[in-house]
Amino acid sequence: MAENQQGMFGAAGTGDTSGYGGLVRSTASAGSAQRPFGGYFDQVADDLERAYPDFADAIERVVVDRGELTLHIKRERLVEVALILRDKLKFEMSMGVSGVHYPDDKDRELHAVYHLLSVTNNQRIRLEVSVPDTDPHIPSLVEVWAGSNWNERETYDMFGIIFDGHPGLTRILMPDDWQGHPQRKDYALGGIGVEYKGAVTPPPSDRRSYK
Amino acid sequence: MGLEEKLPSGIVLTSVEKLAGYMRKNSLWPATFGLACCAIEMMAAGAGRYDLARFGMEVFRASPRQADLMIVAGRVSNKMAPVLRQIYDQMAAPKWVIAMGACASSGGMFNNYAIVQGVDHVVPVDIYLPGCPPRPEMLMDAILKLHDQIYDEKLGPNREKVIKEVELAAMNAVPTHQLKGLLA
Amino acid sequence: MSTYADPYASSRETTEGTVFSVTGGDWDSLVTEIGQAKEERVVVNMGPQHPSTHGVLRLVLELEGETVTEVRCGIGYLHTGIEKNIEFRNWTQATTFVTRMDYLAPLFNEAAYCLGVEKLLGITNDVPEKANVIRVMMMEFNRISSHMVALGTGALELGALSPMIFCFREREKVLDIFEFISGLRMNMAYIRPGGVAQDLPAGAVDKILATVKDLRHSFKDNEKLLVGNSIWMKRTEGIGYLDLAGATTLGVTGPVIRATGLPLDLRKIQPYSGYENYKFDVVTADTCDVYGRFLIRINELEQSLRIIEQCAEKLKSLEGAPVMVADKKIAWPAQLAIGADGMGNSLNHIREIMGTSMESLIHHFKLVTEGFRVPAGQVYSAVESPRGELGAHVVSDGGTRPYRVHFREPSFNNLQSTSAMCEGSMVADIIGAVASIDPVMGGVDR
Repeated sequence: MAENQQGMFGAAGTGDTSGYGGLVRSTASAGSAQRPFGGYFDQVADDLERAYPDFADAIERVVVDRGELTLHIKRERLVEVALILRDKLKFEMSMGVSGVHYPDDKDRELHAVYHLLSVTNNQRIRLEVSVPDTDPHIPSLVEVWAGSNWNERETYDMFGIIFDGHPGLTRILMPDDWQGHPQRKDYALGGIGVEYKGAVTPPPSDRRSYK
Repeated sequence: MGLEEKLPSGIVLTSVEKLAGYMRKNSLWPATFGLACCAIEMMAAGAGRYDLARFGMEVFRASPRQADLMIVAGRVSNKMAPVLRQIYDQMAAPKWVIAMGACASSGGMFNNYAIVQGVDHVVPVDIYLPGCPPRPEMLMDAILKLHDQIYDEKLGPNREKVIKEVELAAMNAVPTHQLKGLLA
Repeated sequence: MSTYADPYASSRETTEGTVFSVTGGDWDSLVTEIGQAKEERVVVNMGPQHPSTHGVLRLVLELEGETVTEVRCGIGYLHTGIEKNIEFRNWTQATTFVTRMDYLAPLFNEAAYCLGVEKLLGITNDVPEKANVIRVMMMEFNRISSHMVALGTGALELGALSPMIFCFREREKVLDIFEFISGLRMNMAYIRPGGVAQDLPAGAVDKILATVKDLRHSFKDNEKLLVGNSIWMKRTEGIGYLDLAGATTLGVTGPVIRATGLPLDLRKIQPYSGYENYKFDVVTADTCDVYGRFLIRINELEQSLRIIEQCAEKLKSLEGAPVMVADKKIAWPAQLAIGADGMGNSLNHIREIMGTSMESLIHHFKLVTEGFRVPAGQVYSAVESPRGELGAHVVSDGGTRPYRVHFREPSFNNLQSTSAMCEGSMVADIIGAVASIDPVMGGVDR
């Protein structure tokens, strides 16, 4: 998340003289949540700690926000924690991987977010793994939940996160020879300006619009 | 092409043109090229309420070799564009293309890296049909306009004359980016 | 960005720039490998353009005679970059993009997204009751229309032509309701963050009840055609087998996992938008095959009709209630109405913002140009779409534009199970299995 947001309008260099271009907004990122977490989160955290004694070492941060529990995990421990969550805590289904790119978060730019669902206990939990741009490797969870296969391929295709141990990590949505990873923040939207009778409407990424 | 190309311009050619046009338009077989949301409206146009069978068009040929009309219904992504061209190439002449929907005509609301900004970058289009998605009635209107176009298609020396006229008009036309004025 | 030497798309520099020679994936090595195999293996490409593959899905089959030994899905032919497009639009405008992902169930896409945004805003409990009832009703109608396409096209692909016509006939009745209420037949962008775009027009409840009665009567036609039909059963029983263990590990949800006997329905276990107030049953089957999924879809139609009737009863007593959240800084300002030149801001609203209330004008201006700001954070909100669990992972950075929205599409995850379902069966069974998964390629590729 950007610590300091500069300017009110998205596109720069458009001759905006309103002064709002100099606006600076800062968002402080939340620290780790303190116990008690509320709801079933305490029970999940307790069960996980009991089943996985290295809990405090593997989990970087616990965030409880808007009724959802997020565990930030170190990438080396991901498979172990996932196996314990699946077998001991009964999170049988994984809803897939979602990638997010935070270019301002130095050394933790690429996040892979896993949503898990426990059908037996009717619980949801989120796992988040952060990796730097320079070394975007995350161990693959295909051995734990087979359905992660295509999701990891998609996250690789869109963000460039390389999942070690994936049986066939290739592009899935873009053509096989595409260069670049489209959903990263430093990849342009790629739209073209639309010209009509001398007036050009710029593509959405270049328009002067609010941030 | 055939005999009709060798006829001299005159009453015989005009009658042959009318006959050929009449027969071509009255049983135009579409090829299935439904991609996205517009494909569902195309299927609705072929179904019971908005019946395409009254124009002899309810048989959507799966094989492009048996089809005359390619209705590109939906957004064409960069991955799909070569496939689109290949299907178009496989169709036998005479063939026509309707770009159905905003995405097929011009890229629609998706002005980005993944979508071809109008299938006319890939295949020559005869009718552009706006809408997101266009109602089945709009699709039928486009088809009927295409029917009129097909009926009026000239053959042989008349066709060459038309082609020359169209090319001359295009050469002398004011380019779009030089048209000025409040979108008038 | 990553630079890698691609063996299948080698490039060379020329005076005009980089030229790529695409040799098409691993086709070469696949063909050589097969050429060296002892058995007669045929590799067939059911290409992206195919009448029976439910959209632009490419299936690469390895056949030994008529038996399929390997099935691989090639997707991405409809990738539109919707998720990236949304990052350049404000929170309300994103609804119009999101609606076009799974184009057979547009209201579900909108609902998943808007529920996520509302969760981030913290106004989930402030959404007015009428808005929730309308949302539930429209979603159930959408479930009916989506199942109609699934059943119709599934039957068409397996050779039964009449159900297609019947199903589309019923679908037209549902699309009439959509047009009456929201103005559009498909891709309506009707559910907005905070409520719904506009109130029900006069006479809506009566029209809804009449349609429900009509549909209930007409669904019997379809049932009579296919349920218990011995040819249909021969083509669908025992086909596309996927048991509970397979479904769970593959992350498959919706009718496919309900066909294994597990009553996994988000409307019951994690209700949203007031679903806990409606009486309906979760339909399951225990045959794990195509016939079971078909029966589930047929029976879900009746359950949806039950919910719609309950909604209509509630709506009778909610005349005049608001359909948008009360907070004017979030609620989409204008009431839309049909004017002389089409649908637009109603004249009452224009009179109010231009003549009466300065505050309304300010709210209208700020909302339409800037949009509302959503506090930073991330949520995952899921709805039960006709295909399974449709989840939206919405990330906000505190601004007026979504930072990242990722959709967990049921079709994407369900389609992975094609290999598990089809390998070992006949070619013709693949069609049935894929039809029973009911993938919508717009949702798969986004």
